[in-house]
Amino acid sequence: MLDVTGLSKSFGGLKAVTDAHLSVSEGQIVSLIGPNGAGKTTLFALISGFLKPDEGRTNFLQTDVTGRQPHEICQLGLVRTFQVVQPFANLDVRENIAVGAHTRIANRKLALARAADVARLVGMEGTLDQPAGDLTIAGRKRLELARALATEPKLLLLDEVMAGLNATEIAELVQVVRRVRDSGVTIFLIEHVMQAVMSLSDYTYVLNQGVMIADGAPKDVTSSPEVIEAYLGHGAAERVAKMGGANA
Amino acid sequence: MKEFSHLVGWALLLIALAVVPLFVHSARWIDFLEMTLFVAVLGQGWNILAGYGGQYSFGHALFFGTGAYIQAILQVKLGFSPWVAMWFAVSGSVLVAASVGYLSFRYGLRGSYFALITLAFAEAFLVLSRSLKSITEGGNGIQVALNQDPEQAIATFQFNFAGPFLSEYGFYYTIFIILIVAFAITAWVERSRFGAQLVAVRENEDAAKALGINAFRVKMGAICLSAGITATCGVYYVQKFLFIEPGIAYGPAKSVEALFAPIIGGLGTLLGPLLGSIFIHGVGELTKATIGQALGGRPGVDLILFGTILILVLAFVPRGLVGLLQSGWARLTGGRDA
Repeated sequence: MLDVTGLSKSFGGLKAVTDAHLSVSEGQIVSLIGPNGAGKTTLFALISGFLKPDEGRTNFLQTDVTGRQPHEICQLGLVRTFQVVQPFANLDVRENIAVGAHTRIANRKLALARAADVARLVGMEGTLDQPAGDLTIAGRKRLELARALATEPKLLLLDEVMAGLNATEIAELVQVVRRVRDSGVTIFLIEHVMQAVMSLSDYTYVLNQGVMIADGAPKDVTSSPEVIEAYLGHGAAERVAKMGGANA
Repeated sequence: MKEFSHLVGWALLLIALAVVPLFVHSARWIDFLEMTLFVAVLGQGWNILAGYGGQYSFGHALFFGTGAYIQAILQVKLGFSPWVAMWFAVSGSVLVAASVGYLSFRYGLRGSYFALITLAFAEAFLVLSRSLKSITEGGNGIQVALNQDPEQAIATFQFNFAGPFLSEYGFYYTIFIILIVAFAITAWVERSRFGAQLVAVRENEDAAKALGINAFRVKMGAICLSAGITATCGVYYVQKFLFIEPGIAYGPAKSVEALFAPIIGGLGTLLGPLLGSIFIHGVGELTKATIGQALGGRPGVDLILFGTILILVLAFVPRGLVGLLQSGWARLTGGRDA
Protein backbone atom coordinates (compact mmCIF):
# COMPACT_ATOMS: atom_id res chain seq x y z
CA MET A 1 0.00 0.00 0.00
CA LEU A 2 2.81 2.38 0.94
CA ASP A 3 6.24 1.98 -0.63
CA VAL A 4 9.08 4.29 0.24
CA THR A 5 12.27 3.92 -1.77
CA GLY A 6 15.55 5.70 -1.11
CA LEU A 7 14.06 8.72 0.65
CA SER A 8 16.70 11.25 1.78
CA LYS A 9 16.52 14.69 3.31
CA SER A 10 19.16 17.00 4.73
CA PHE A 11 18.83 20.30 6.51
CA GLY A 12 22.01 22.20 5.70
CA GLY A 13 24.80 19.86 6.70
CA LEU A 14 22.60 17.61 8.81
CA LYS A 15 21.42 14.44 7.14
CA ALA A 16 18.05 13.91 8.80
CA VAL A 17 17.03 10.89 6.75
CA THR A 18 19.37 8.90 4.48
CA ASP A 19 18.19 6.43 1.86
CA ALA A 20 15.18 5.14 3.75
CA HIS A 21 13.29 2.14 2.33
CA LEU A 22 10.13 0.75 3.81
CA SER A 23 6.76 -0.66 2.87
CA VAL A 24 3.45 -1.02 4.63
CA SER A 25 0.86 -3.50 3.43
CA GLU A 26 -2.86 -3.18 3.78
CA GLY A 27 -4.47 -4.15 7.08
CA GLN A 28 -1.24 -4.08 9.07
CA ILE A 29 -0.09 -2.05 12.02
CA VAL A 30 3.52 -1.14 11.31
CA SER A 31 5.68 0.79 13.75
CA LEU A 32 8.71 3.00 13.37
CA ILE A 33 10.95 3.25 16.41
CA GLY A 34 14.31 4.81 17.14
CA PRO A 35 16.03 7.06 19.66
CA ASN A 36 15.22 10.76 19.94
CA GLY A 37 16.42 12.73 16.95
CA ALA A 38 16.62 9.65 14.73
CA GLY A 39 14.58 11.34 12.00
CA LYS A 40 11.26 9.56 12.52
CA THR A 41 9.06 12.65 12.42
CA THR A 42 11.05 13.96 9.45
CA LEU A 43 10.33 10.72 7.63
CA PHE A 44 6.61 11.12 8.38
CA ALA A 45 6.72 14.72 7.15
CA LEU A 46 8.37 13.55 3.92
CA ILE A 47 5.75 10.86 3.34
CA SER A 48 2.79 13.15 4.10
CA GLY A 49 4.02 16.00 1.90
CA PHE A 50 4.97 18.52 4.58
CA LEU A 51 8.62 18.31 3.49
CA LYS A 52 9.98 17.67 0.03
CA PRO A 53 12.61 14.92 -0.14
CA ASP A 54 16.03 15.59 -1.72
CA GLU A 55 15.97 12.12 -3.23
CA GLY A 56 13.75 9.06 -3.39
CA ARG A 57 10.12 8.27 -4.02
CA THR A 58 6.96 7.66 -2.10
CA ASN A 59 4.33 5.45 -3.69
CA PHE A 60 0.89 5.26 -2.16
CA LEU A 61 -1.69 2.90 -3.69
CA GLN A 62 0.43 2.63 -6.84
CA THR A 63 0.45 6.42 -7.22
CA ASP A 64 3.63 8.43 -7.02
CA VAL A 65 2.92 11.06 -4.35
CA THR A 66 6.49 12.36 -3.97
CA GLY A 67 6.46 16.11 -3.52
CA ARG A 68 2.68 16.44 -3.65
CA GLN A 69 0.90 18.90 -1.34
CA PRO A 70 -0.27 17.58 2.07
CA HIS A 71 -3.94 18.24 1.27
CA GLU A 72 -3.71 16.26 -1.98
CA ILE A 73 -2.11 13.34 -0.19
CA CYS A 74 -4.79 13.48 2.48
CA GLN A 75 -7.50 13.43 -0.16
CA LEU A 76 -5.93 10.29 -1.62
CA GLY A 77 -6.39 8.64 1.79
CA LEU A 78 -3.08 9.11 3.60
CA VAL A 79 -3.32 11.30 6.69
CA ARG A 80 -0.89 12.12 9.48
CA THR A 81 -1.26 13.28 13.08
CA PHE A 82 1.18 15.58 14.83
CA GLN A 83 3.49 14.65 17.67
CA VAL A 84 2.98 18.11 19.13
CA VAL A 85 -0.82 18.18 19.13
CA GLN A 86 -2.36 20.90 16.96
CA PRO A 87 -5.99 21.30 18.01
CA PHE A 88 -8.16 24.11 16.63
CA ALA A 89 -8.23 25.51 20.17
CA ASN A 90 -11.19 27.90 19.83
CA LEU A 91 -13.48 25.28 18.30
CA ASP A 92 -15.23 22.56 20.28
CA VAL A 93 -14.42 18.89 19.84
CA ARG A 94 -17.32 18.27 17.47
CA GLU A 95 -16.29 21.17 15.20
CA ASN A 96 -12.67 20.03 15.29
CA ILE A 97 -13.54 16.56 14.08
CA ALA A 98 -16.01 17.95 11.53
CA VAL A 99 -13.13 19.81 9.83
CA GLY A 100 -11.67 16.39 9.06
CA ALA A 101 -15.06 15.03 7.99
CA HIS A 102 -15.48 17.92 5.52
CA THR A 103 -12.69 16.44 3.42
CA ARG A 104 -15.24 13.91 2.17
CA ILE A 105 -18.56 15.52 3.13
CA ALA A 106 -19.65 18.91 1.82
CA ASN A 107 -22.83 19.26 3.89
CA ARG A 108 -22.26 20.89 7.28
CA LYS A 109 -24.98 18.96 9.15
CA LEU A 110 -23.79 15.59 7.82
CA ALA A 111 -20.19 16.46 8.68
CA LEU A 112 -21.18 17.33 12.25
CA ALA A 113 -23.13 14.09 12.54
CA ARG A 114 -20.17 12.13 11.18
CA ALA A 115 -17.97 13.89 13.75
CA ALA A 116 -20.14 12.52 16.55
CA ASP A 117 -19.80 8.99 15.12
CA VAL A 118 -16.02 9.25 14.93
CA ALA A 119 -15.92 10.63 18.48
CA ARG A 120 -17.71 7.49 19.67
CA LEU A 121 -15.12 5.31 17.93
CA VAL A 122 -12.26 6.92 19.88
CA GLY A 123 -14.24 7.28 23.12
CA MET A 124 -14.73 11.06 23.06
CA GLU A 125 -18.53 11.16 22.91
CA GLY A 126 -18.65 12.75 26.39
CA THR A 127 -16.57 15.79 25.45
CA LEU A 128 -18.17 16.73 22.12
CA ASP A 129 -19.20 20.22 23.23
CA GLN A 130 -16.00 21.10 25.09
CA PRO A 131 -13.62 23.63 23.58
CA ALA A 132 -10.57 21.75 22.31
CA GLY A 133 -8.36 24.15 24.25
CA ASP A 134 -9.79 22.82 27.53
CA LEU A 135 -8.95 19.15 26.88
CA THR A 136 -6.35 17.23 28.90
CA ILE A 137 -3.28 16.00 27.04
CA ALA A 138 -4.86 12.55 26.71
CA GLY A 139 -7.99 14.17 25.27
CA ARG A 140 -5.95 16.17 22.77
CA LYS A 141 -4.11 13.06 21.61
CA ARG A 142 -7.44 11.35 21.04
CA LEU A 143 -8.70 14.42 19.21
CA GLU A 144 -5.70 14.28 16.84
CA LEU A 145 -6.61 10.68 16.12
CA ALA A 146 -10.32 11.45 15.72
CA ARG A 147 -9.79 14.35 13.33
CA ALA A 148 -7.48 12.27 11.17
CA LEU A 149 -9.95 9.38 11.18
CA ALA A 150 -12.78 11.66 10.13
CA THR A 151 -11.03 12.22 6.79
CA GLU A 152 -11.73 8.51 6.12
CA PRO A 153 -8.11 7.55 5.48
CA LYS A 154 -6.88 4.27 4.10
CA LEU A 155 -3.52 4.74 5.78
CA LEU A 156 -3.06 6.59 9.06
CA LEU A 157 0.33 7.90 10.20
CA LEU A 158 0.30 8.29 13.99
CA ASP A 159 3.15 10.31 15.45
CA GLU A 160 3.58 9.39 19.13
CA VAL A 161 -0.07 9.39 20.10
CA MET A 162 0.81 7.64 23.39
CA ALA A 163 3.52 10.04 24.55
CA GLY A 164 2.77 11.74 27.85
CA LEU A 165 -0.09 9.45 28.78
CA ASN A 166 -0.31 7.31 31.93
CA ALA A 167 -0.52 3.52 31.89
CA THR A 168 -4.33 3.36 31.95
CA GLU A 169 -4.67 5.91 29.17
CA ILE A 170 -2.12 4.00 27.10
CA ALA A 171 -4.00 0.74 27.57
CA GLU A 172 -7.23 2.45 26.45
CA LEU A 173 -5.63 4.04 23.43
CA VAL A 174 -4.06 0.73 22.39
CA GLN A 175 -7.59 -0.67 22.31
CA VAL A 176 -8.75 2.29 20.25
CA VAL A 177 -5.92 1.86 17.72
CA ARG A 178 -6.77 -1.80 17.39
CA ARG A 179 -10.44 -0.98 16.83
CA VAL A 180 -9.44 1.52 14.13
CA ARG A 181 -7.34 -1.12 12.37
CA ASP A 182 -10.20 -3.60 12.59
CA SER A 183 -12.47 -1.03 10.94
CA GLY A 184 -10.23 -1.31 7.86
CA VAL A 185 -7.61 1.41 8.30
CA THR A 186 -3.95 0.52 7.88
CA ILE A 187 -1.74 2.09 10.54
CA PHE A 188 1.87 3.25 10.50
CA LEU A 189 2.97 4.64 13.85
CA ILE A 190 5.93 6.25 15.53
CA GLU A 191 6.09 5.28 19.18
CA HIS A 192 8.40 5.38 22.16
CA VAL A 193 6.09 3.47 24.47
CA MET A 194 7.47 -0.04 23.90
CA GLN A 195 4.52 -1.69 25.64
CA ALA A 196 2.30 -0.27 22.88
CA VAL A 197 4.75 -1.08 20.07
CA MET A 198 5.16 -4.68 21.18
CA SER A 199 1.48 -5.38 21.62
CA LEU A 200 0.24 -3.53 18.54
CA SER A 201 2.63 -3.92 15.67
CA ASP A 202 2.85 -6.62 13.07
CA TYR A 203 6.13 -5.27 11.77
CA THR A 204 8.70 -2.78 13.02
CA TYR A 205 11.30 -0.53 11.43
CA VAL A 206 14.14 0.98 13.44
CA LEU A 207 15.66 4.30 12.45
CA ASN A 208 18.88 5.63 13.97
CA GLN A 209 20.60 8.86 12.91
CA GLY A 210 18.53 8.94 9.77
CA VAL A 211 19.47 5.43 8.70
CA MET A 212 17.21 2.40 8.79
CA ILE A 213 19.20 -0.08 10.90
CA ALA A 214 16.78 -2.96 11.33
CA ASP A 215 13.34 -4.22 10.47
CA GLY A 216 11.28 -7.30 11.25
CA ALA A 217 8.82 -8.63 13.80
CA PRO A 218 8.90 -6.48 16.94
CA LYS A 219 10.36 -9.22 19.15
CA ASP A 220 13.26 -9.96 16.79
CA VAL A 221 14.02 -6.33 16.22
CA THR A 222 14.23 -5.40 19.89
CA SER A 223 16.71 -8.17 20.60
CA SER A 224 18.98 -7.25 17.70
CA PRO A 225 22.38 -6.04 19.02
CA GLU A 226 22.44 -3.09 16.65
CA VAL A 227 19.14 -1.78 17.95
CA ILE A 228 20.15 -2.20 21.59
CA GLU A 229 23.34 -0.25 20.92
CA ALA A 230 21.44 2.50 19.15
CA TYR A 231 19.34 3.00 22.25
CA LEU A 232 21.79 2.24 25.06
CA GLY A 233 25.16 3.12 23.58
CA HIS A 234 28.25 1.32 22.29
CA GLY A 235 28.93 -1.99 24.04
CA ALA A 236 25.49 -2.19 25.59
CA ALA A 237 24.47 -5.24 23.57
CA GLU A 238 27.34 -7.24 25.04
CA ARG A 239 26.47 -6.26 28.60
CA VAL A 240 22.79 -7.04 28.08
CA ALA A 241 23.72 -10.46 26.69
CA LYS A 242 25.99 -11.11 29.71
CA MET A 243 23.15 -10.26 32.08
CA GLY A 244 21.20 -12.92 30.26
CA GLY A 245 18.21 -10.68 29.57
CA ALA A 246 17.18 -9.93 26.05
CA ASN A 247 14.39 -7.68 27.31
CA ALA A 248 15.97 -4.38 26.40
CA MET B 1 -34.19 25.89 20.35
CA LYS B 2 -30.93 27.80 20.15
CA GLU B 3 -31.28 28.09 16.36
CA PHE B 4 -34.84 29.33 16.76
CA SER B 5 -34.02 32.01 19.33
CA HIS B 6 -31.17 33.17 17.08
CA LEU B 7 -33.59 33.53 14.18
CA VAL B 8 -36.06 35.50 16.28
CA GLY B 9 -33.25 37.73 17.52
CA TRP B 10 -32.12 38.48 13.98
CA ALA B 11 -35.66 39.09 12.77
CA LEU B 12 -36.26 41.60 15.57
CA LEU B 13 -32.96 43.34 14.87
CA LEU B 14 -33.68 43.63 11.14
CA ILE B 15 -37.21 44.92 11.76
CA ALA B 16 -35.80 47.49 14.16
CA LEU B 17 -33.24 48.60 11.56
CA ALA B 18 -35.99 48.72 8.92
CA VAL B 19 -38.29 51.03 10.87
CA VAL B 20 -35.90 53.16 12.88
CA PRO B 21 -35.38 55.86 10.20
CA LEU B 22 -39.15 56.39 10.02
CA PHE B 23 -38.97 57.84 13.52
CA VAL B 24 -36.06 60.08 12.61
CA HIS B 25 -36.75 63.21 10.66
CA SER B 26 -33.56 65.17 10.83
CA ALA B 27 -31.28 64.64 7.84
CA ARG B 28 -28.28 64.71 10.16
CA TRP B 29 -29.51 61.67 12.08
CA ILE B 30 -30.44 59.77 8.94
CA ASP B 31 -26.89 60.40 7.80
CA PHE B 32 -25.70 59.10 11.12
CA LEU B 33 -27.73 55.88 10.69
CA GLU B 34 -26.50 55.46 7.11
CA MET B 35 -22.88 55.80 8.14
CA THR B 36 -23.43 53.33 10.96
CA LEU B 37 -24.70 50.68 8.55
CA PHE B 38 -22.03 51.64 6.00
CA VAL B 39 -19.24 50.95 8.49
CA ALA B 40 -20.98 47.74 9.58
CA VAL B 41 -20.82 46.46 5.97
CA LEU B 42 -17.24 47.69 5.55
CA GLY B 43 -16.40 45.87 8.78
CA GLN B 44 -18.17 42.70 7.72
CA GLY B 45 -16.07 42.60 4.54
CA TRP B 46 -12.91 42.81 6.59
CA ASN B 47 -14.31 40.36 9.15
CA ILE B 48 -14.67 37.54 6.59
CA LEU B 49 -10.97 37.62 5.73
CA ALA B 50 -9.55 38.58 9.13
CA GLY B 51 -12.12 37.51 11.69
CA TYR B 52 -12.97 34.14 10.18
CA GLY B 53 -9.82 33.57 8.15
CA GLY B 54 -7.19 35.05 10.46
CA GLN B 55 -5.58 37.02 7.60
CA TYR B 56 -5.27 40.50 9.06
CA SER B 57 -5.43 43.00 6.25
CA PHE B 58 -4.31 46.52 6.97
CA GLY B 59 -5.17 47.80 3.53
CA HIS B 60 -8.84 47.16 2.90
CA ALA B 61 -9.04 50.67 1.43
CA LEU B 62 -7.53 48.96 -1.62
CA PHE B 63 -10.81 47.13 -2.27
CA PHE B 64 -13.03 50.03 -1.20
CA GLY B 65 -11.16 52.51 -3.37
CA THR B 66 -10.98 50.27 -6.42
CA GLY B 67 -14.73 49.69 -6.26
CA ALA B 68 -15.38 53.40 -5.84
CA TYR B 69 -13.05 54.49 -8.64
CA ILE B 70 -14.40 51.97 -11.14
CA GLN B 71 -17.95 53.04 -10.29
CA ALA B 72 -17.09 56.71 -10.80
CA ILE B 73 -14.87 56.34 -13.89
CA LEU B 74 -17.29 54.11 -15.82
CA GLN B 75 -20.15 56.56 -15.21
CA VAL B 76 -18.29 59.79 -15.84
CA LYS B 77 -15.84 58.83 -18.57
CA LEU B 78 -17.70 56.06 -20.40
CA GLY B 79 -21.30 56.97 -19.67
CA PHE B 80 -22.22 53.64 -18.08
CA SER B 81 -25.40 53.34 -16.09
CA PRO B 82 -24.55 53.08 -12.37
CA TRP B 83 -26.50 49.82 -12.24
CA VAL B 84 -24.16 48.33 -14.84
CA ALA B 85 -21.03 49.99 -13.50
CA MET B 86 -21.48 48.46 -10.08
CA TRP B 87 -20.95 44.93 -11.37
CA PHE B 88 -17.69 46.00 -12.96
CA ALA B 89 -16.75 47.80 -9.75
CA VAL B 90 -17.28 44.69 -7.64
CA SER B 91 -15.58 42.34 -10.13
CA GLY B 92 -12.67 44.73 -10.64
CA SER B 93 -12.09 44.88 -6.92
CA VAL B 94 -12.30 41.09 -6.65
CA LEU B 95 -9.73 40.84 -9.43
CA VAL B 96 -7.34 43.12 -7.54
CA ALA B 97 -7.97 41.02 -4.41
CA ALA B 98 -7.22 37.82 -6.31
CA SER B 99 -3.88 39.23 -7.52
CA VAL B 100 -2.83 40.47 -4.09
CA GLY B 101 -4.04 37.21 -2.54
CA TYR B 102 -2.19 35.10 -5.09
CA LEU B 103 1.07 36.94 -4.46
CA SER B 104 0.80 36.79 -0.66
CA PHE B 105 -0.67 33.34 -0.15
CA ARG B 106 1.38 31.57 -2.82
CA TYR B 107 4.51 32.67 -1.01
CA GLY B 108 3.02 31.84 2.39
CA LEU B 109 2.96 35.37 3.83
CA ARG B 110 1.20 35.31 7.18
CA GLY B 111 0.48 37.60 10.10
CA SER B 112 2.20 40.95 10.05
CA TYR B 113 3.79 40.28 6.65
CA PHE B 114 0.37 39.93 5.08
CA ALA B 115 -0.79 43.08 6.89
CA LEU B 116 2.21 44.97 5.50
CA ILE B 117 1.69 43.70 1.95
CA THR B 118 -1.95 44.83 1.92
CA LEU B 119 -0.95 48.20 3.37
CA ALA B 120 1.76 48.54 0.72
CA PHE B 121 -0.69 47.77 -2.10
CA ALA B 122 -3.21 50.30 -0.76
CA GLU B 123 -0.46 52.94 -0.62
CA ALA B 124 0.71 52.04 -4.13
CA PHE B 125 -2.81 52.51 -5.45
CA LEU B 126 -3.02 55.81 -3.57
CA VAL B 127 0.05 57.02 -5.45
CA LEU B 128 -1.23 55.63 -8.75
CA SER B 129 -4.63 57.28 -8.38
CA ARG B 130 -2.86 60.60 -7.79
CA SER B 131 -0.52 60.29 -10.74
CA LEU B 132 -2.66 58.66 -13.46
CA LYS B 133 -4.37 61.98 -14.10
CA SER B 134 -5.80 61.06 -17.48
CA ILE B 135 -7.92 58.33 -15.87
CA THR B 136 -8.51 59.48 -12.29
CA GLU B 137 -8.21 63.27 -12.56
CA GLY B 138 -5.44 62.98 -9.95
CA GLY B 139 -5.82 64.83 -6.69
CA ASN B 140 -8.85 66.76 -7.93
CA GLY B 141 -10.94 63.64 -7.74
CA ILE B 142 -13.88 62.64 -9.88
CA GLN B 143 -17.23 64.32 -9.60
CA VAL B 144 -20.34 62.44 -10.74
CA ALA B 145 -22.90 64.80 -12.28
CA LEU B 146 -25.79 65.55 -9.96
CA ASN B 147 -29.14 64.49 -11.32
CA GLN B 148 -31.98 66.89 -10.53
CA ASP B 149 -34.70 65.18 -12.51
CA PRO B 150 -36.97 63.14 -10.18
CA GLU B 151 -37.94 60.86 -13.09
CA GLN B 152 -34.31 59.82 -13.54
CA ALA B 153 -33.70 59.19 -9.83
CA ILE B 154 -33.77 55.40 -10.04
CA ALA B 155 -31.94 55.23 -13.37
CA THR B 156 -29.10 57.40 -12.09
CA PHE B 157 -29.07 55.74 -8.67
CA GLN B 158 -29.30 59.18 -7.05
CA PHE B 159 -32.04 59.87 -4.56
CA ASN B 160 -31.37 63.53 -3.71
CA PHE B 161 -34.26 64.82 -5.87
CA ALA B 162 -36.28 61.65 -5.99
CA GLY B 163 -39.49 62.76 -4.41
CA PRO B 164 -40.92 62.67 -0.90
CA PHE B 165 -39.94 59.26 0.46
CA LEU B 166 -36.92 58.27 -1.64
CA SER B 167 -35.06 61.52 -1.26
CA GLU B 168 -35.23 61.18 2.48
CA TYR B 169 -34.79 57.46 2.95
CA GLY B 170 -33.48 56.11 -0.39
CA PHE B 171 -29.86 55.84 0.64
CA TYR B 172 -30.70 54.47 4.04
CA TYR B 173 -32.61 51.56 2.53
CA THR B 174 -29.90 51.08 -0.09
CA ILE B 175 -27.25 50.50 2.55
CA PHE B 176 -29.77 48.49 4.57
CA ILE B 177 -30.24 46.08 1.65
CA ILE B 178 -26.48 45.90 1.10
CA LEU B 179 -26.13 45.11 4.79
CA ILE B 180 -28.67 42.29 4.58
CA VAL B 181 -26.85 40.77 1.60
CA ALA B 182 -23.42 41.11 3.25
CA PHE B 183 -24.68 39.59 6.50
CA ALA B 184 -26.50 36.80 4.66
CA ILE B 185 -23.25 35.92 2.87
CA THR B 186 -21.43 35.89 6.20
CA ALA B 187 -24.16 33.73 7.77
CA TRP B 188 -23.69 31.29 4.89
CA VAL B 189 -19.93 31.29 5.50
CA GLU B 190 -20.56 30.41 9.16
CA ARG B 191 -22.66 27.39 8.23
CA SER B 192 -20.77 26.04 5.26
CA ARG B 193 -17.84 23.75 4.61
CA PHE B 194 -15.96 26.72 3.21
CA GLY B 195 -16.40 28.57 6.51
CA ALA B 196 -15.39 25.57 8.62
CA GLN B 197 -12.25 25.17 6.53
CA LEU B 198 -11.53 28.90 6.68
CA VAL B 199 -11.74 28.89 10.48
CA ALA B 200 -9.55 25.77 10.57
CA VAL B 201 -6.90 27.62 8.53
CA ARG B 202 -7.12 30.54 10.97
CA GLU B 203 -6.74 28.26 13.98
CA ASN B 204 -3.86 26.16 12.67
CA GLU B 205 -2.81 26.13 9.05
CA ASP B 206 -0.57 23.05 9.23
CA ALA B 207 -3.23 20.96 10.94
CA ALA B 208 -5.74 22.16 8.35
CA LYS B 209 -3.47 21.08 5.49
CA ALA B 210 -2.92 17.68 7.11
CA LEU B 211 -6.70 17.22 7.16
CA GLY B 212 -6.98 17.71 3.42
CA ILE B 213 -7.74 21.42 3.26
CA ASN B 214 -6.30 23.35 0.36
CA ALA B 215 -5.33 26.35 2.49
CA PHE B 216 -4.32 28.43 -0.51
CA ARG B 217 -7.68 28.02 -2.22
CA VAL B 218 -9.64 28.69 0.96
CA LYS B 219 -7.72 31.92 1.62
CA MET B 220 -8.18 33.02 -2.00
CA GLY B 221 -11.92 32.47 -1.64
CA ALA B 222 -11.98 34.53 1.53
CA ILE B 223 -10.05 37.49 0.13
CA CYS B 224 -12.25 37.60 -2.99
CA LEU B 225 -15.49 37.45 -0.98
CA SER B 226 -14.14 40.05 1.40
CA ALA B 227 -13.14 42.38 -1.41
CA GLY B 228 -16.50 41.97 -3.13
CA ILE B 229 -18.38 43.11 -0.03
CA THR B 230 -15.95 45.94 0.60
CA ALA B 231 -16.30 47.10 -3.02
CA THR B 232 -20.07 47.51 -2.64
CA CYS B 233 -19.25 50.09 0.06
CA GLY B 234 -17.20 51.94 -2.55
CA VAL B 235 -20.12 51.84 -4.98
CA TYR B 236 -22.45 53.12 -2.29
CA TYR B 237 -20.05 55.89 -1.34
CA VAL B 238 -19.80 57.20 -4.89
CA GLN B 239 -23.56 57.15 -5.42
CA LYS B 240 -24.24 58.93 -2.15
CA PHE B 241 -21.50 61.57 -2.21
CA LEU B 242 -21.04 61.73 -6.03
CA PHE B 243 -17.35 62.29 -5.48
CA ILE B 244 -14.18 60.28 -5.01
CA GLU B 245 -10.57 61.36 -4.64
CA PRO B 246 -7.35 59.44 -3.85
CA GLY B 247 -7.22 60.22 -0.12
CA ILE B 248 -10.79 59.07 0.52
CA ALA B 249 -10.46 56.02 -1.73
CA TYR B 250 -7.06 54.62 -0.80
CA GLY B 251 -6.04 56.55 2.32
CA PRO B 252 -5.55 54.58 5.56
CA ALA B 253 -8.76 55.96 7.11
CA LYS B 254 -11.02 53.41 5.37
CA SER B 255 -8.64 50.54 6.18
CA VAL B 256 -8.77 51.47 9.85
CA GLU B 257 -12.54 51.99 9.87
CA ALA B 258 -12.96 48.54 8.33
CA LEU B 259 -11.09 46.78 11.12
CA PHE B 260 -12.24 48.94 14.00
CA ALA B 261 -15.89 47.88 14.08
CA PRO B 262 -15.35 44.09 14.02
CA ILE B 263 -12.53 44.21 16.56
CA ILE B 264 -14.64 46.17 19.04
CA GLY B 265 -17.81 44.24 18.22
CA GLY B 266 -16.30 40.76 18.16
CA LEU B 267 -13.86 39.23 15.65
CA GLY B 268 -15.16 36.34 13.61
CA THR B 269 -18.77 36.80 14.71
CA LEU B 270 -21.72 37.64 12.47
CA LEU B 271 -23.09 40.35 14.74
CA GLY B 272 -19.73 41.85 15.72
CA PRO B 273 -19.26 44.42 12.91
CA LEU B 274 -22.79 45.80 13.38
CA LEU B 275 -22.55 46.05 17.17
CA GLY B 276 -19.09 47.58 16.87
CA SER B 277 -20.26 50.13 14.33
CA ILE B 278 -23.27 51.14 16.42
CA PHE B 279 -21.03 51.48 19.46
CA ILE B 280 -18.35 53.50 17.67
CA HIS B 281 -20.79 55.89 16.03
CA GLY B 282 -22.88 56.22 19.16
CA VAL B 283 -19.88 56.98 21.34
CA GLY B 284 -18.42 59.24 18.64
CA GLU B 285 -21.54 61.40 18.43
CA LEU B 286 -21.89 61.45 22.20
CA THR B 287 -18.33 62.66 22.73
CA LYS B 288 -18.63 65.27 20.02
CA ALA B 289 -21.84 66.51 21.64
CA THR B 290 -20.52 66.53 25.21
CA ILE B 291 -16.75 66.74 25.68
CA GLY B 292 -16.17 68.19 22.21
CA GLN B 293 -18.69 70.95 22.89
CA ALA B 294 -17.23 71.63 26.31
CA LEU B 295 -13.81 72.07 24.70
CA GLY B 296 -15.25 74.56 22.25
CA GLY B 297 -16.14 72.29 19.35
CA ARG B 298 -12.57 71.21 18.64
CA PRO B 299 -12.42 68.19 16.34
CA GLY B 300 -10.53 65.03 17.21
CA VAL B 301 -11.76 64.42 20.74
CA ASP B 302 -13.71 61.39 19.55
CA LEU B 303 -10.58 60.01 17.84
CA ILE B 304 -8.59 60.17 21.08
CA LEU B 305 -11.42 58.35 22.82
CA PHE B 306 -11.58 55.68 20.07
CA GLY B 307 -7.90 54.95 20.53
CA THR B 308 -8.41 54.52 24.25
CA ILE B 309 -11.44 52.28 23.73
CA LEU B 310 -9.56 50.12 21.21
CA ILE B 311 -6.72 49.57 23.69
CA LEU B 312 -9.15 48.76 26.49
CA VAL B 313 -11.12 46.32 24.33
CA LEU B 314 -7.98 44.52 23.12
CA ALA B 315 -6.66 44.29 26.69
CA PHE B 316 -9.80 43.30 28.56
CA VAL B 317 -12.46 42.04 26.14
CA PRO B 318 -10.59 40.29 23.33
CA ARG B 319 -13.86 38.68 22.21
CA GLY B 320 -15.43 42.11 21.85
CA LEU B 321 -18.95 43.24 22.65
CA VAL B 322 -20.41 39.96 21.38
CA GLY B 323 -18.24 38.04 23.84
CA LEU B 324 -19.30 40.42 26.59
CA LEU B 325 -22.97 39.89 25.74
CA GLN B 326 -22.56 36.12 25.57
CA SER B 327 -20.96 35.85 29.00
CA GLY B 328 -23.52 38.29 30.42
CA TRP B 329 -26.34 36.21 28.94
CA ALA B 330 -24.78 33.01 30.27
CA ARG B 331 -24.67 34.51 33.76
CA LEU B 332 -28.31 35.60 33.51
CA THR B 333 -29.58 32.22 32.35
CA GLY B 334 -27.51 30.30 34.87
CA GLY B 335 -24.46 29.04 33.06
CA ARG B 336 -25.87 27.57 29.85
CA ASP B 337 -24.23 29.08 26.81
CA ALA B 338 -26.04 31.79 24.91
